[in-house]
Amino acid sequence: MTTTSNIAQIHPASEPASLVGIPMTGAEMVVRAMKDHGVDTLFGYPGGAVLPIYDALFSDEDVRHILVRHEQGAGHAAEGYARSTGKVGCALVTSGPGATNMVTPLADALLDSIPMVVITGQVATHLIGTDAFQECDTVGITRSCTKHNWLVSSVDELSAILHEAFYVARSGRPGPVVVDIPKDVQFATGMYLPPERSPKRSKRTVRHVDAARIAEAAELMATAQKPVFYTGGGVINAGPRASEALRALVRETGFPITSTLMGLGAFPAPDKQWLGMLGMHGSWESNHAMHDCDLMICVGARFDDRVTGRLDAFSPNSKKIHIDIDPSSINKNVRVDVPIIADAAEALEKLLVAWRNRAKKAKPPSIKAWWDQIEGWRKRKGFAYRPSHELIKPQYAIERLYELTRGKDVYITTEVGQHQMWAAQYFHFDKPNHWMSSGGLGTMGYGLPAALGVQAAHPDALVIDIAGEASVQMTMQEMSTAVQHRLPIKIFILNNEWMGMVRQWQQLLHGERYSHSYSHALPDFVKMAEAFGCVGIRAEKPDELDTKIVQMINEPGPVLFDCRVAKEENCFPMIPSGKPHNEMILADTFVGDEIDDDGKKLV
Amino acid sequence: MPPHAGEPAESRTLAIMVDNEPGVLARVVGLFSARGYNIESLTVAETDKSAHTSRITVVTRGEPNIIDQIKSQLDRIVSVRNVIDVTRDPAGVQRELALVKVRSTGADRIEALRVSEIFRAKVIDTTLESFIFEMTGASDKVDAFIDLVRPIGLVEVSRTGVLSIHRGPELDRVSTADAAASA
Repeated sequence: MTTTSNIAQIHPASEPASLVGIPMTGAEMVVRAMKDHGVDTLFGYPGGAVLPIYDALFSDEDVRHILVRHEQGAGHAAEGYARSTGKVGCALVTSGPGATNMVTPLADALLDSIPMVVITGQVATHLIGTDAFQECDTVGITRSCTKHNWLVSSVDELSAILHEAFYVARSGRPGPVVVDIPKDVQFATGMYLPPERSPKRSKRTVRHVDAARIAEAAELMATAQKPVFYTGGGVINAGPRASEALRALVRETGFPITSTLMGLGAFPAPDKQWLGMLGMHGSWESNHAMHDCDLMICVGARFDDRVTGRLDAFSPNSKKIHIDIDPSSINKNVRVDVPIIADAAEALEKLLVAWRNRAKKAKPPSIKAWWDQIEGWRKRKGFAYRPSHELIKPQYAIERLYELTRGKDVYITTEVGQHQMWAAQYFHFDKPNHWMSSGGLGTMGYGLPAALGVQAAHPDALVIDIAGEASVQMTMQEMSTAVQHRLPIKIFILNNEWMGMVRQWQQLLHGERYSHSYSHALPDFVKMAEAFGCVGIRAEKPDELDTKIVQMINEPGPVLFDCRVAKEENCFPMIPSGKPHNEMILADTFVGDEIDDDGKKLV
Repeated sequence: MPPHAGEPAESRTLAIMVDNEPGVLARVVGLFSARGYNIESLTVAETDKSAHTSRITVVTRGEPNIIDQIKSQLDRIVSVRNVIDVTRDPAGVQRELALVKVRSTGADRIEALRVSEIFRAKVIDTTLESFIFEMTGASDKVDAFIDLVRPIGLVEVSRTGVLSIHRGPELDRVSTADAAASA
């Protein structure tokens, strides 16, 4: 290991002091920079073009390397690590296929604003452009699915680029970055400059919260009769301070609050002011509140199509306050009245102070009538489903999983589809960073590797991937990773033998023509678990579910739980495509002709 | 509803100051194609070697809300230092250079030269039956010149696309995204 005593003293006196560095190879710089940026866990897969970096890792004891079974797994694991810790996730893969396999996690992290640094190997600089073995245009391919990327052309610029990569990944609206390092640069020796002495390469945007806008927002809040908080992943990304400020503000104002899929956990779900998740499969009360409100306070959310439904009928009578760190989110889909460009924590803290000052001057009006209206929607019990003694209803399975894991330090990841929505609806979160789900990109296969990343960061926690039998097959090879690295994740599969959400849409939109959405050949999941060295558990009847869930929780190693559920259950409530929030369909009112031709064209 | 939705599309010139590094043009152009924005013209060159700055001038067309989106999306690119809305800047100057080949004989040659004098175009090449004119001006002036020489025997046109700069002694450095955010 390089120590500080190796600091070069050989630089000429005329050189500025900032050029003093520590001589090391490019590969050593990569490992050193990771440590300087607090990376304790790295997810990766070796290959020809990253062997020098793996060589530098060989004798390193500070960075834990988790060997995945497919590069996509490394990317999602790094995302899971990042989402559950608030730190930058880090992955290391080789050139060519290693890099292309990383494209899905990069796109996923970009849409969900997850900070991630991916190091890719590249063929030697003199081979670039010659169609060399395992060569691909990594910066070209990843340009549109990263916040930024770099091809390092010389070891002299490597340490500055590495520090810049960590800065770009975590600053502002976080996101994934790629540093593509040719093999000769990894071998070359240069001077490593630590982060604090490294030259800043890109712009540093400093934003100050506009006090006038905060005052304007507080004034609107103090005169609203039907207000609602609509919060998103930006609150989680802004760290625990933001969640604290949000809780204080919501409690002091007494306003109802809903959240996007990405924002679950920022406000505690058991709270009386919590309306549940909003959007396409959100709660009856939250969507109605969004439609009927006279003031919407959007914090760290982006008016995504899964949230707004039909745009021209979206919350027609409300004033809208929008707090977001990214100016491009403002007025993108929905025009807002008071834009506040800021970090959620800072804006919420200032808003809380402004609210207190404003409330002292004149008492805000009572919003009891609004709460009465909301209670009316709550009584409709939008999440009610028909229970069964013969079949395990998927909703029931999640409810039991939630009840039986309460009080434990539980982290939930999901795949994508019906099970994901049921998990969001029936599992409840009271802390941020405990819910990891692919929201923007909707990546099937995300949850299992993400759970590995979460478990690596929280070795003693109970980490559960709520999965579907279709999604889990996309990345199930990572069970082998779980066994090798003693990551005791629990994979809880709601197995209905269908790609459930696809089946549901085919039922609703395509005349019940179930084209290629049924798995005619599924593996025996229990045997599969055992083949990987995990424990396999199967539950088929409601009366055995509790015992088996407890068995799963108590199992010290990784478990694959094959929960056989009712096959043709639909996920409700649902805002049909092309409809506004107040035209949701419920399980007991569903007829089948709710979606018109225009709606069918939407995704 | 998105802001200004339904308002007519307009042409706008944006000057984009970028770090002069490999791939920066691809980032800017890629953003336009990925998000479905128009590019009517594009020019790019390094403008300050010591500061590693290049200036990309894009003429785009869209409704005002789309133009606002384009500006803030451009500002998200790490290599973009700032974006200037030249069209909205009262002190913004825009010029374009065109090379215009006209084929004519006899009296038409006289006419071609007369038109070129009116537009202060320069003859940079001539044969017994043709001219190449070089002219500089605002895009509509270039258009007008081309329209006038077309009946005389227009053969081919090559245009640089629009360049822009700010009048007065100051540097062009106001970020429109920040201005829009505080407006």
